[in-house]
Amino acid sequence: MTPILLHPGDIAIAAVLILVDGVLSVALRLGLHWQLAIAAGRMAVQLVLVGFILRAVFAIGSPWLTLAVVVTMVAIAGREVAARPEQRLGRFGNYAVGGSAVAMATLLTAMLALTTAIRPHPWYDPHYAIPLVGIVLGNVLNGGSIALDSLLGGVVRERAAIEAQLALGTSYMRAMRGLIRVSVRRGLLPTINQMAAAGIITLPGIMTGQILAGMDPLEAAKYQILLMFLLSGGAGLAAVAVVYLAAWRLTDDRQRLRLDRLTAKHRG
Amino acid sequence: MSEAAQARLRLAGLHSRLAGPFDLAVEAGECVAVTGASGSGKSLLLRMIADLDPSHGKVWLDGRERGDFAAPAWRHQVLYNAAETGWWSEMVADHFAGGAMAFARTMAPRLGLPPELLDGAVLRLSTGERQRLALIRALACAPKVLLADEPTGALDQAATALVETLLRERLADGMAIVLVTHSPEQAARFGHRQFRMQDRHLVAP
Repeated sequence: MTPILLHPGDIAIAAVLILVDGVLSVALRLGLHWQLAIAAGRMAVQLVLVGFILRAVFAIGSPWLTLAVVVTMVAIAGREVAARPEQRLGRFGNYAVGGSAVAMATLLTAMLALTTAIRPHPWYDPHYAIPLVGIVLGNVLNGGSIALDSLLGGVVRERAAIEAQLALGTSYMRAMRGLIRVSVRRGLLPTINQMAAAGIITLPGIMTGQILAGMDPLEAAKYQILLMFLLSGGAGLAAVAVVYLAAWRLTDDRQRLRLDRLTAKHRG
Repeated sequence: MSEAAQARLRLAGLHSRLAGPFDLAVEAGECVAVTGASGSGKSLLLRMIADLDPSHGKVWLDGRERGDFAAPAWRHQVLYNAAETGWWSEMVADHFAGGAMAFARTMAPRLGLPPELLDGAVLRLSTGERQRLALIRALACAPKVLLADEPTGALDQAATALVETLLRERLADGMAIVLVTHSPEQAARFGHRQFRMQDRHLVAP
């Protein structure tokens, strides 16, 4: 079986759906139409570019080039995690928090998969390393940005509750416990939903792709199960890392809640 | 520092970018009342003393400097009771851990609160009920200094009198109070000494 190739016209027809979303955003005053338009345009450009780049990288097969691609992907994902929340940590805190959490979560999960389950030769073979990092990054980005947004938004909303505990002599981490728990939970929910729905409500992306490309459905399912575990691990690690790193940045040596280190992003 | 050793709470040059410097000594059993317009810096002063906002200068509790205390231990003894009460759990009872619950059950009727409130949800409490319960929660810690920010701001005359009676007992036991109030009558009635906050400095009333 050979994959059915798509023409630009086929894609343009699907793009009509984005326009529908945009009209909805204007009609319901969601304020999302610009974000939506920019995200859709970016997505198309990014994917086409990546197609060209991967073609070249696979052809060259150098470990250093592979590493450079991976580092770039991680950096961009870190930036996305940092940009999502309405609240910004001072001194580029969102970037430091997003970048280090994304890098840690992605590299740990991808390395685990490449050195144990998948084991390509050589282990850094770009055919495996780059798509793997890519798919893990997607969930890491999702989990990390939701968790960070929840923590930074929650800390502003629940300031009185947190400071009431501090004022009574509760330690900072204890006072933040409820919010930390809620934020990690929020970060993990999409991954849990994704696993629960896999195969019944949705046919997961990787499996769909491999079946469309002609792979035996059972083999595709095994790959998908492995990836789901990796994705959950990545999202969980990213959510926990983002939340603790951000919580630490919101306090000081006297265990105060330092909301002065947080500024609201201008809505664009 | 013999003076610092005598006073329960002493501030020397306490300031931040936003307010001060403040110099003040409060004896055990004494209430210092601070009045002043909204936004004049009254709450900032209390927050700085409690170490909830960063500040420079020195603060002593019973002659011991603030930096010698771990921050939570300091706040437990020099306790800031905010005007806007904070609740971190759905049920009232969750805010009174361990021995605080027994204390709250005896204190609630004294402030005109039905004890059933303690078994209910925070959302059902009125502003005045929250204010009195937050005060009970604070007093359960048996602080040496109470930094009371508008403790009767949402209360009627009768409830205000109950709160003042209870706080007078604590003063008699040696607790010191820095009371921020909008009411000049309360400041005159309850404060042993009075100050007015003007442009983020303490001045004579």
